[in-house]
Parts: sequence; C-alpha cells; structure tokens
Amino acid sequence: MSERLEGLLRVAFPKAREVAVVDRTGGGDHFHVTVVDGSFGGLSLVDQHRLVYDALAEPLGDGTIHELRITTRGEA
Amino acid sequence: MSDLRDRIKDTIEQEPVVAFIKGTHEQAYCGNSDRALQALRSVGAGFTTVDVLLDPRIREELSALSDWPTIPQVFVAGELVGGADIVQELAVTGQLEATLHEKLGESWRRPGDERTVSVTDGPGLRVVPGG
Repeated sequence: MSERLEGLLRVAFPKAREVAVVDRTGGGDHFHVTVVDGSFGGLSLVDQHRLVYDALAEPLGDGTIHELRITTRGEA
Repeated sequence: MSDLRDRIKDTIEQEPVVAFIKGTHEQAYCGNSDRALQALRSVGAGFTTVDVLLDPRIREELSALSDWPTIPQVFVAGELVGGADIVQELAVTGQLEATLHEKLGESWRRPGDERTVSVTDGPGLRVVPGG
C-alpha cells in the first residue's frame, strides 16, 4: 500500500525533491507522508496539505487510509 | 444551504478559536484530535470544540465548507489554520502564537478556558451539559 501512495504522490508532484511514505503501524492504513517540493514555496501549509489530500483523494475516499499524517516543505 | 451548514458556519465565524474534533475537550476519541488540542493548550490558548461524532452530517457539511477532508479542523477568527499536523508544527515553531496574536490580539491567551458546543440541536449553539 505504501508503494501505491508513493506512486500517486510521484504523479501529483513530479518535480518533488523528496517523497516518502511511512506505514506507521505496519497495518497498511495509518500513514505518514512527506513531500518536499519547490512549488510549495509560496503556498500556506493549509494549501500545501490540500494538494497532498487531492493527490490521495482515492485512497482517502475508499477507506484505504484510516489515518494520515502529512509533512510538507518547500525547498530552501 | 442546509440549516446545519449555517450553524457550522456561524460557529466558525463566532468562536475565536474552534476545533472540530472526534470527542469533546474533556475526552478526545482520536489521537489526531487530541494532538490538535494539546497543541492549543501548549501555547495557553482558550478554545471551543465541536464533536463531529454526534452526527455524521456535521463532518460532511464541515468538509464541504472548508475544503478539508479530515478531522480535526482548527479555525482561528473564522479561518482554517489546519489539521493536527499543521497546528502541532505551528505550535512548535512559535507561529501558532503569532497567528493567534495577529488575528485575535491579546484575547486568545486563556489557558484552561475550554468548552464544547453542539451544532445539531435547534437554532443557535447549545453548551453540552458538563462541558
């Protein structure tokens, strides 16, 4: 499942410097995703996280993801 | 627009700091909801909570209003500040206090001033007994 999420994030953020997905419990439904992308530079954290939610709309909507933690950063 | 959505909107606009969570300020039933409240407490903010578990429509209407799919959601002066991850990050970096100060002046610093209101019972807000 981590691979599926990483694939969705890579498609949504093709220029990301870092995309990481951690299965927090090993159960395949509690994830922590990290996206570092220069295009985040001018966006608020709320808007950065909205983009991640949009990228993961399908697994969020179908119940695959029970809990999602998000870390985003624009590049320095 | 539904009556429920109106009441949610009124709550967001009228409460200086409001967190839509699973549970109440006394008992959060979800780790993320608890993290958001702990972040607010860590800077000494007073806040109001709304329990989205009381009715599944609350969460549907809230997310339609806020364009934010998950719970918790923390609003300051009518504006979405974020979910648990953002509020926690802002608390750690000092930006949460700065945001509260910018939007609310000195009035936000009310440690322990916590209450839970309902958006589902009749017109206006109802304070949950014991809350």
